[in-house]
Amino acid sequence: MSDIILDVHNLSIDYRTSRGALKALRKVNLQVPKGKIVGIVGESGCGKSTLISAIINLLAPNATVSEGGVKFQDDDLLALTNNQMQHIRGNRFSMIFQDPMTSLNPVISIGTQMVDIQYRDKVSKSAKLDKAAMMLDRVGIPDSQSRLALYPHEFSGGMLQRIAIAMALLVEPDLLIADEPTTALDATLEVQIIHRLKELQASQGCSILFISHHLGVIAELCDEVVVMYAGEVVEQGSVRDIFHRPSHPYTQKLLECDPARIVDKTRDLPTIFGNLPDLVAVPQGCIFADRCEFASSHCHRLRPSRTVVEEGHTANCHLLSKEGVVHA
Amino acid sequence: MTATTTKLVATMPDFSFLRVISKSLIRLCHEPLGLLGLVLVTLIVSSAVFASWLVPYDPVAMDIMHRLAPPSFEHWLGTDQLGRDVFSRVLMGGQVALKVALSAIALALGFGLLLGLIAGYGPRWLDNIIVTLFDTVRSFPTIIFALAVVTLTGPSLTTIILVVVITSIPIYGRVVRTQTQALRAQEFILAERAMGASVPRILFIHMLPNVIGQLLILASMDVPIVITIEAGLSFLGLGIQPPTPSWGTILNDGYSFIRNTPWLIIAGGLPLILSTLGFTFLGESLRDIFDPKLRKDI
Amino acid sequence: MHNLLEASEVKVRFRSKSAIKALLEGDRDPYLDAVCGVSLNVKPGETFAIVGESGSGKTTLARAITGLVNAQEGSIRYQDKELLGLSESQFRPLRKDIAMMFQDPIGSLSPRLTVEALITEPFKIHGIKVPDLAVEARRLLSMVGLPEHFASRYPFQLSGGQARRVGVARALALSPKLIVADEPTAGLDVSVQGEILNLLAKLQRELGMSLLIITHNLSVVRHISDRMGIMYLGRFVEQGSTDEIFAHPKHPYTQALLSANHDPDPDAELNRVELEGEVPSLLQRPQGCEFHTRCPFASDRCRREVPVVTQTADGHEYRCHFPLNS
Repeated sequence: MSDIILDVHNLSIDYRTSRGALKALRKVNLQVPKGKIVGIVGESGCGKSTLISAIINLLAPNATVSEGGVKFQDDDLLALTNNQMQHIRGNRFSMIFQDPMTSLNPVISIGTQMVDIQYRDKVSKSAKLDKAAMMLDRVGIPDSQSRLALYPHEFSGGMLQRIAIAMALLVEPDLLIADEPTTALDATLEVQIIHRLKELQASQGCSILFISHHLGVIAELCDEVVVMYAGEVVEQGSVRDIFHRPSHPYTQKLLECDPARIVDKTRDLPTIFGNLPDLVAVPQGCIFADRCEFASSHCHRLRPSRTVVEEGHTANCHLLSKEGVVHA
Repeated sequence: MTATTTKLVATMPDFSFLRVISKSLIRLCHEPLGLLGLVLVTLIVSSAVFASWLVPYDPVAMDIMHRLAPPSFEHWLGTDQLGRDVFSRVLMGGQVALKVALSAIALALGFGLLLGLIAGYGPRWLDNIIVTLFDTVRSFPTIIFALAVVTLTGPSLTTIILVVVITSIPIYGRVVRTQTQALRAQEFILAERAMGASVPRILFIHMLPNVIGQLLILASMDVPIVITIEAGLSFLGLGIQPPTPSWGTILNDGYSFIRNTPWLIIAGGLPLILSTLGFTFLGESLRDIFDPKLRKDI
Repeated sequence: MHNLLEASEVKVRFRSKSAIKALLEGDRDPYLDAVCGVSLNVKPGETFAIVGESGSGKTTLARAITGLVNAQEGSIRYQDKELLGLSESQFRPLRKDIAMMFQDPIGSLSPRLTVEALITEPFKIHGIKVPDLAVEARRLLSMVGLPEHFASRYPFQLSGGQARRVGVARALALSPKLIVADEPTAGLDVSVQGEILNLLAKLQRELGMSLLIITHNLSVVRHISDRMGIMYLGRFVEQGSTDEIFAHPKHPYTQALLSANHDPDPDAELNRVELEGEVPSLLQRPQGCEFHTRCPFASDRCRREVPVVTQTADGHEYRCHFPLNS
């Protein structure tokens, strides 16, 4: 299975809180294949950020991995020392965040930062500068040569996010982790950035793990989609499986709620009734049972296992094991 | 925008008052320096409050026969050059010191708060005037300013308090002004304005509770500074006038006899050092507890 | 029907540099126009949406209407009373009628006040005597679908959706005739977003107030608004009934926005209008049509000549030399 770049297997993470262990992630499984874009969708509280911090090995001090692990190519990421992790970060994988300023130093020029990040390459500084300029060109920043001398505050938000992408891809990583990279941008800029990202991914052949709550962006960019709810993966499959044949009631509801999908004008928008479950006292049955309109007593009692809907498309729902796809 | 909101709102992580106090106390006791500060401050404050009942002798009663006696069972810290019991004088001096510190800081806090709120929320020209005033006052060194005031009005307890109040108002005022300006652009203040809330209502119901915590911590760290100013002025003979005991005058008395009777200077200096350490430790620990950026346990 | 709110040619200018700096640099006009001649009207019971991207001036316009920033020119009339130039104390009685909701659901609630104190704040501000504020608070909480025990909570103990409901309750406290809501669904998950919008719709049906909604989210606008205006660089580039604009957008910018908010479907291809570049700075407004720097259809005429407002018979207005769909 060498074509899997990132393999999260059975990962469970608890946070110590004053009320007891908060089980933020429970038996999360997901794989990022080589050269694919995998999207993670979920609303706030679904465990996206905990998952990301586990992958980049920057968990909060009160978090413990109670089960499972994260394998990146051949390394077990959770067992690595800080130094080893440092070597992997920014070399074999890189990251883009919602706020581009988190990855840029405000008092150093863009050019210097882009040269510094290539410190592992044994080529001349001018060659590194040329490479930086070329990369800026490719993310759509005009007259890149002269822009290299500028500082982060001299760029607009959209430009900074392009620069962050250019820097992340400069090291030609095997995996790019993008955490809500377009959330802070306007819709017209979002379209531009998504297109650039897709082009670059195709030409560099890297894998991307893309986190977003914006369904439109996920649909447009990703090859595969993982749907998370309250710390569990509830459904995963190809982008068409998820958007055309959603099989978990939560996925169906989530898609239904997006006002962009509602064809007829309505003043009565669909919602998901109820609230997220308390993750300190996790319900024993299906995690979505309390909010699911199809839930039976069976659902409240037993945790559903992963069921294959079709090839490469799985969902954790009891209703599937009996009669296949559920239709809302 | 959102980030700043959370930061400002998070300055006080918990809002129900009693829970804040009990939680802070528990956290304070988990920190060695904080606990030490708390113990010292409690000790100093209670000995000052109950000084009148605790003193074994009248602090101003002279006993020339037993002058400059070394520490003994009758006189725990010995006697001074007029035969007065030093222990009683230290206790009463603590009372004076705290009286000066607390009343001066309370007044400075009140005026600083008011001026700071006005400067931070009011029109630009008013802000400019108040800030210029603050800068003018702060440009005098405290001791020189005190000397000038004492020369004009004569030395007394009121003079010391006056000097401390005038020189401390700008310190509090500036902190309040900066915080008020940051809060002014927050959405909850805009929301109050949109509902038609009057300026006093915005200032005292919505701004004040969000700046007062910081300010009280700052004030607790100021107590030792004021105590030293009082002691310093009294040492120079410009503060508390004899025979009223003050740590500064005890030091001054001891200074003349430092070769033969070192206990006098120790008796005057030690409480000064202890109270400085106590209030500083307490203030710093409180600041660490309430400033989430410095907190380690979250 | 008679208009509840009528704004015409509203202009809001901000100083872009200090008076001294402007004098030294010989700049005779050290201002930028955040809102530049906007006209709109809102009828009783109607929902009007102002749509635009960041920096388009939509929030400034909303704040000018509620008197939180001063408009320099034009007129804003509420029930035939001119609002421009009113002093704060003259404006205060009107604030009972015009409520405002802000973007940040939690940040717009005073952090040291309980929910009960927050939602009864309007009564205290306007000195309105009610027999029992606690009863009033419970009534408002039940109106927005929050349980009674929320009355003693503090803002930081609320989720985004719950805080938003508190904001709605507070806006409704004095039964206003107009609610100005700045990004009422910002920062909320899609499922919660629906809840809040349904709540506003229900309350609007029951209480008959007008809504002026400021948002960047076009897919929401389509469902909730009767009419809308699209802002770019402080001007409306297109204005009209929501159905008409979604069916036949006239301005290329509107079309680009519409195609950027499409149905999330991997196969929905996609006659996208992708815009080049970014929004120009307000300090350097482009000559001619201000959109020409990003317009895929711009011609020479657009670069030279400022387009005037064209109005069709059904009240659809736009500023474009070469309107689409005509």
